[in-house]
Amino acid sequence: MLLLNIVMLFMPPFLAWCIHGYINKNRTIKSKVWQGIGYFLIINGMSYGVSYIRGIKKLSFSNMTLSYRMKFCLLGCVFGVILPLIIYFFKKNAFIWKGLKKDIICFGKDMRKYFRYAVRVAKADLRTEVANSYLDWLWWLIEPFCMMLIYAFVYGVVFRTTEQYFTAFIFIGLTMWSFFSRNLVASVSMVRMNKAIISKVYIPKYILLFSKMLVNGFKMLISFGIVIIMMMAYRIPVTYNVFFAVPILIDLFLISFALGVVFMHYGVFVRDLSYIVDILLRMMMYMTGTFYSVAKRVPAPYGEIIERVNPIAYLIAEMRDALLYGTPVSWRMMIVWGFLSLIILILGISTIYRNENAYVKVI
Amino acid sequence: MDNNGQIKNAIEVKNVCINYKILNNITVRRSLFKKKAKEEVFEAVKNVSFSVREGGILGIIGKNGSGKSTLLRSIAGVFSPNSGTIDLKGNTVSLMALGIGFKDNLTGRENIILSGMLLGFSEKQMMDKIQDIIDFAEIGSFIDKPVRTYSSGMHSKLAFAITAMLETDIMLVDEVLSVGDERFKKKSLSKMKELINDERRTVLIVSHSIELLKEMCDEVLWLHDGRIKEIGEPNEVLGNYLKFMTK
Repeated sequence: MLLLNIVMLFMPPFLAWCIHGYINKNRTIKSKVWQGIGYFLIINGMSYGVSYIRGIKKLSFSNMTLSYRMKFCLLGCVFGVILPLIIYFFKKNAFIWKGLKKDIICFGKDMRKYFRYAVRVAKADLRTEVANSYLDWLWWLIEPFCMMLIYAFVYGVVFRTTEQYFTAFIFIGLTMWSFFSRNLVASVSMVRMNKAIISKVYIPKYILLFSKMLVNGFKMLISFGIVIIMMMAYRIPVTYNVFFAVPILIDLFLISFALGVVFMHYGVFVRDLSYIVDILLRMMMYMTGTFYSVAKRVPAPYGEIIERVNPIAYLIAEMRDALLYGTPVSWRMMIVWGFLSLIILILGISTIYRNENAYVKVI
Repeated sequence: MDNNGQIKNAIEVKNVCINYKILNNITVRRSLFKKKAKEEVFEAVKNVSFSVREGGILGIIGKNGSGKSTLLRSIAGVFSPNSGTIDLKGNTVSLMALGIGFKDNLTGRENIILSGMLLGFSEKQMMDKIQDIIDFAEIGSFIDKPVRTYSSGMHSKLAFAITAMLETDIMLVDEVLSVGDERFKKKSLSKMKELINDERRTVLIVSHSIELLKEMCDEVLWLHDGRIKEIGEPNEVLGNYLKFMTK
């Protein structure tokens, strides 16, 4: 019990402290201690504040539920990741807000300027991908379809998962997950892969990622075409809720783009980031419920928590609800995630603008 | 030279310093267990200022590793200087170095359009120019094959054709004045001379060929270990450079 308390209170600040140390080099021992204490107070204060607002007025360590502890700890971890980054941004540039505004305007301009380029690259990529293969574009249908058969066999027959419309259920999860993970994997090595171009001419580096996302997005849409066919085959009653698919996809795109931009930046400087990303993605895949329902299958407090903190799990669950089970989505979470990913995106883009000209020198 | 009071500068470079950080490329293990990785800073270009008037031709000379290519690349906007400013007065610029950035899996045709768009031309403009580029490059049916199947000669011919036919206001030439076999060499060199001698075009040439610089440039900049050693009349600077190198 004591151990739990210690973990709950100390893990988030420790995380924050490590991240802080990671991004801010050369610290003295004294400042290290102070930062540790500071993070401890701020993060626990913030977590407590949130739980206070949510209705828990008093902290009594003796009769605390495990679920509460988990939530408290995870919330703290989220703060712990965000706080050092914010502090870092403020420290690094005193005029950060002015800079951010400029970057956003710049982003808009560059996006317009290079949009046609990105689309053209995406189109050409798609075309060459099929030009040299025997079955042409059929691969885009066959590949996800076969993956679905494998998972349907393993989880439907071997593990006897029983969800309504099971194949469509898996297929939606798989499609959205593979969009996310492909983008993330690609983003880590994106700059290195395009060395030939970026060492000869200026291009905003996130455009590279953007066009890759268009390619993946197109493939995802094809997969959703299959989903529609499945829905017809299953005779699933279609409700107005299917239109929620659009904001869900927008959210998914934003989140992937935002995280991709961040990973792209660190992927340039940290050579072996791709291993870490691989492991993280594998771990996350099983936490995301691509082939099971997180809320139903994971025991009580954890299932809900996972769906709360893992945007992809949340989006996949919502997509299934909207398309297969005809229930409306929760707007609030959708907007929260959209907003959060926008913030990360802006910070990421701004980081890229600040550093992109150094990329060539490193790779 | 026509110095009638109203000289507009096309390029203004002021106090430019460019550093390379060596060992900036870290791994997770190194950053976790060795707190302070040594950061060696290599100064490639130190405090360089000069300007080139519109239509001027500036030659840049210096021994290997003296920062010539680095300077050109930062003028092209590939990376920004660590301090100082580079003002191109809104002119379009292209860097002509060996090989342009191709996407290996795409066809030559597609690559022509894409590199043109990166240099600031619209899709439509590129559609108009693409035939000229293909004709100039002389690589036949390979134009519709992926670039990864090209021989190195075809690769450089295509790259040359693209930068030569897309006429930007400022051209930065890094050693490449001619490519390919004897016949193409002759053709590309004459095209190059035509481009360079165009009245409105501002050109920076990095070269080791003293004869060529003497013939073409109206000014020569001598970089030595990242600093300007001398700038001025071609004959004079090149003479001093020769004397220095043969010493």
